[in-house]
Amino acid sequence: MYAQMVDTGEKRLRSLEELSPEEQAFQRRIDADVKIEPKEWMPEGYRRTLIRQISQHAHSEIVGMLPEGNWITRAPTLKRKAILMAKVQDEAGHGLYLYAAAETLGVSRDQLVGELHSGKAKYSSIFNYPTLTWADIGAIGWLVDGAAIMNQIPLCRCSFGPYARAMIRVCKEESFHQRQGFDIMMKLCAGTAEQKAMAQDALDRWWWPSLMMFGPPDAESVHSAQSAAWRIKILSNDELRQRFLDQTVPQADFLGLKVPDAALKWNDERGHYDFGPIDWQEFHEVIKGNGPCNRDRLRTRVTAWEDGAWVREAALAHAEKRAARAKQAA
Amino acid sequence: MSRNEWPLWEIFIRSQHGLAHKHVGSLHAPDAEMAVKNARDVYTRRNEGVSIWVVKSEDITATAPGDKTPLFDPAASKVYRHPTFFPMPEGVKHL
Repeated sequence: MYAQMVDTGEKRLRSLEELSPEEQAFQRRIDADVKIEPKEWMPEGYRRTLIRQISQHAHSEIVGMLPEGNWITRAPTLKRKAILMAKVQDEAGHGLYLYAAAETLGVSRDQLVGELHSGKAKYSSIFNYPTLTWADIGAIGWLVDGAAIMNQIPLCRCSFGPYARAMIRVCKEESFHQRQGFDIMMKLCAGTAEQKAMAQDALDRWWWPSLMMFGPPDAESVHSAQSAAWRIKILSNDELRQRFLDQTVPQADFLGLKVPDAALKWNDERGHYDFGPIDWQEFHEVIKGNGPCNRDRLRTRVTAWEDGAWVREAALAHAEKRAARAKQAA
Repeated sequence: MSRNEWPLWEIFIRSQHGLAHKHVGSLHAPDAEMAVKNARDVYTRRNEGVSIWVVKSEDITATAPGDKTPLFDPAASKVYRHPTFFPMPEGVKHL
């Protein structure tokens, strides 16, 4: 989900015999479910892939604060406002856990932030869509956090210790996010005709982008095989997408909402829902920078970073001054 | 670039009286006071702690993964350090 445009550096999946002795020992540990910790030997491709994947996950959390932050001042009640603020604070915290995990691999925070701001590093496509109504906040919690949970639970078992531990922490906090969203949807769907229509409209706009969150079809995911062998990708894009869809459609039925997919149909033989074609061109355009909000999101982040520079520098200067004074007094 | 970055701190939280502090992660802060405040915000949003320790990452000395064998092998062969090495007869109490 966060490995968009991540190049593992491997042209093809090599068999155990083709690997160097160190790589073989490393692969054996992965296969034995042993966690890899930061200072241990690891193939350069593993390190680079993880840095990019974990940091893109972190960027997604931070940028993800923006679409929901947009509605904090306009939440319908004080309770909803406090709850939304708590959720957005959680997203900041998730970003911070993930940056910390990425930094254990020998990269600095400034470097990671620089890659986001230059456009070199990506963040999840979903956050390039606008939040147009309060119902969008419900849809995001229900669908977007729901999709994130689907991806994050398997990652709790990934091979890299700091990433797996960060995921465990994140998963504990993420379930409230999804329930909060569904709670909003339930309230709207049980309300006036206008409120229910608002909920339906939000579902109409967020459904397909949420399915796209899981990434391109397996057949087009060139680097998935290597990531799977290294256990930094546990389940395939298509499998995660199907699981998410299967569990979400009954939830939409419960709400009395219609999923905007004419081809959606339960397939008894497969034991899964069949669904319509995804517009992958839209996905690739959004990843490339041509979604509704890409420029706005990046500009907001760059401005926050640049406007906050004096705070970072002042805090450091203050700390150094106090340390010098303390040393003198000693 | 790194000269202007806030230093890295490792954060340890004790969840209840009587339990040990546990390492929960790291964060950047300009000084110890900010590190504690940031740790409170990042790692205790759900009442996870009664006590916070912050330690500058550079002050931590850690063993290298390659040292595992020489460091810990000697303990592996001293099974008599465990009480289960000494089965006690049935009738004897309090041992």
